[in-house]
Amino acid sequence: MTEAESGASGIEKRRPLSPHLQIYRPMLTMVMSIAHRVTGAALYFGTLLLAWFLIAVSTGGGAYDAVAYCLNSIAGKLILFGFTWALFHHLLGGIRHAIWDTGHGLEHPQREWLARATVFGGMVLTVAVWTIAYLVP
Amino acid sequence: MARSPAPVRPAISRVRFLGSAKSGTADAWNMRISSVALVPLSIAFVAIVLSLLGKDYAAVRAELGHPLSAILMLLFILSGVFHMKLGMQSIIDDYVHAAQLKEWALMGNLFFSVCIGLACIYAVLKLSFT
Repeated sequence: MTEAESGASGIEKRRPLSPHLQIYRPMLTMVMSIAHRVTGAALYFGTLLLAWFLIAVSTGGGAYDAVAYCLNSIAGKLILFGFTWALFHHLLGGIRHAIWDTGHGLEHPQREWLARATVFGGMVLTVAVWTIAYLVP
Repeated sequence: MARSPAPVRPAISRVRFLGSAKSGTADAWNMRISSVALVPLSIAFVAIVLSLLGKDYAAVRAELGHPLSAILMLLFILSGVFHMKLGMQSIIDDYVHAAQLKEWALMGNLFFSVCIGLACIYAVLKLSFT
């Protein structure tokens, strides 16, 4: 062992890292784990949209018209649809993690079932909310 | 430079089995608490947004300034920015290994979350009190 490797900084550098993703065969639970993180990151930056909207409403009619125009455009609606899906997917993913935290649902058939329920539930809730949005006004 | 004599016990044996010296446990627990809070609050948020659809500017202002929706929005924003700050922090911890870049990223994460939180809270309070 060289001088540098035996010091504290050497140990720090040589600490084990988990293997990279491409080593594993893709599985539903693994894809769901990645999707949970990606939707979380998307929602993180999506808060800019919420801040913009709230600031516009509190600023005045002109600023509100601008944000309403953007959100009512095709691109705006697509972004809002994606935002809705990310929110529900991440919400159900969080509930799945909460179930796992209690020690339940970690065995093979249950965890696959929970993953499928998260995918399906996220899409159903998104479509339900957008159906309500188009039916109510 | 004079070196002190090497201790009999190596450094690793003096810290082994004492657990982490860092703040990960508190972060993990705070993540769980904010997740639980966000389940009802994000449903309330979606309901409030749905109630704004098809309304004109004055009605949107009145709706968001109503005490019930304003309080729910404030709770959603507070627990949301707290939760997202911790979430992005764990993403940075996992993927950013260069020490200096990591410090900048963690600082940027804190600033972004605080700015978003403060901006949203200010806007909701302004709608409530003016």
